[in-house]
Amino acid sequence: MSTTDTHRAGPNWPFWVTIAAVTSAYLALLLGMLLATATYSSPHHLIRALGSREIQYATGLSLSTCTVTALLSLVIAVPVGYLMSRGQFRGKNTLDTLLDVPIVLPPMVIGLCLLILFQTPLGRAIDRVVPFTYTVFGVLLAQFTVGAAFAVRQMRTTFDHLPSRPEDVAMTLGCSRGQAVRLVTLPAAKRGMFSAASVAWARSLGEFGPILVFAGATRMKTEVLPTTVWLELSVGNLEAAIAVSLMMVALAVAVLLAMRALGERP
Amino acid sequence: MIALEGIAIHAGAFALNDVTFTVPTGAYGVLMGPTGCGKTTLIEIICGLRKAATGRVLVNDRDVTREPPGNRGVGYVPQDGALFPTLTVREQIGFALRIRRQPSEERVAELAEHLGIAHLLDRKPSGLSGGERQRIALGRALAFRPSILCLDEPLSALDEDTKDDMYKLLLAVQQHERVTALHVTHSHEDADRLADVILRIENGKVIT
Repeated sequence: MSTTDTHRAGPNWPFWVTIAAVTSAYLALLLGMLLATATYSSPHHLIRALGSREIQYATGLSLSTCTVTALLSLVIAVPVGYLMSRGQFRGKNTLDTLLDVPIVLPPMVIGLCLLILFQTPLGRAIDRVVPFTYTVFGVLLAQFTVGAAFAVRQMRTTFDHLPSRPEDVAMTLGCSRGQAVRLVTLPAAKRGMFSAASVAWARSLGEFGPILVFAGATRMKTEVLPTTVWLELSVGNLEAAIAVSLMMVALAVAVLLAMRALGERP
Repeated sequence: MIALEGIAIHAGAFALNDVTFTVPTGAYGVLMGPTGCGKTTLIEIICGLRKAATGRVLVNDRDVTREPPGNRGVGYVPQDGALFPTLTVREQIGFALRIRRQPSEERVAELAEHLGIAHLLDRKPSGLSGGERQRIALGRALAFRPSILCLDEPLSALDEDTKDDMYKLLLAVQQHERVTALHVTHSHEDADRLADVILRIENGKVIT
């Protein structure tokens, strides 16, 4: 006996309308925030604020330390990301959790931990040779601690997405593991490496808590752009704080666009 | 000659015990078995990419069990070709010779001609067909004149016409290069068209 199926699937538009509404609401918050900040003061006032010697020093320090941090992060992220992606060893899960600690720890706590590390006998000995506490090197170390964790995560994802078979083939063709990685895997991971360095750079640009605690907020010494925003706000100079914030937004958007452009390249 | 003596593997869902077989010098051996029975694992053990729990691997009577992959003289053609994504076809085929700091130009041209891929030498792998990829992988594996060639399901993703061409090419290349071949497959047609020696994996053992 045959039966007639009377069921009819419902329309799809309520699903898409709901998704569009949620997306629009979030987008409205982001754009509203940026637009309100951008239009709070006149361009003339903003440009004048950016001309101050302190802000120019902070900009220079931010750009240079972020670049050094991005490169240092990559030096760590490539081998560690490779190990976490391809290595099979006891304690891998524990190591994985440890590597994520800088990502989940409150920023201030990272700064405090660094400060305490440099109060230990070993830390004091290092500090005597290369002074980290309350110096530009401290800014770098604070940025690196967090930035490298993000770069490691990015490189691990990159290696996870690259098949290991070409590397195996290279080894049968006469390569050692190191040669196979250098000649076959790393060239294929170039985009991932750029992406990891960009993530570390962008994270470092916005880093504030660990720098404040570990390197301090001394004008013309350890002042980076987020420190400037905080210092200018604390003395009521809202225009300077806004000018620096907008500059950081522009830099962050530029990095995001560069990453997106590279990611979409065939 | 490829010989496995008393090889045992226990990995995941399958176990192979006391795997012992020989493919004589110059022969085309075809190792058959259903998906997931350990065929690829045996190829990896011969190539040195995986360690067996016990047993020995002999290549031309030389015990290579503890040798790294690059010292075994075994050419390897994996299932999907596994071409190097950033290198041109010319660089892929000349790869093993460059590692050995030997001139590669003449050998690359010879292999490319023989494999019918001379027109692809300056291309990169993206956009190449399955048949082209397999020919390149074959050329890359043969460039350093290995005595053994291991092929892991090299024809499984090819259409019927391409497959027919590849049967002829594989036999011609094997004879021209004078290699001993071990070809892993689940296809009876592959075995009928290519094999001098047929090996079967049944119930965790290899039967000659």
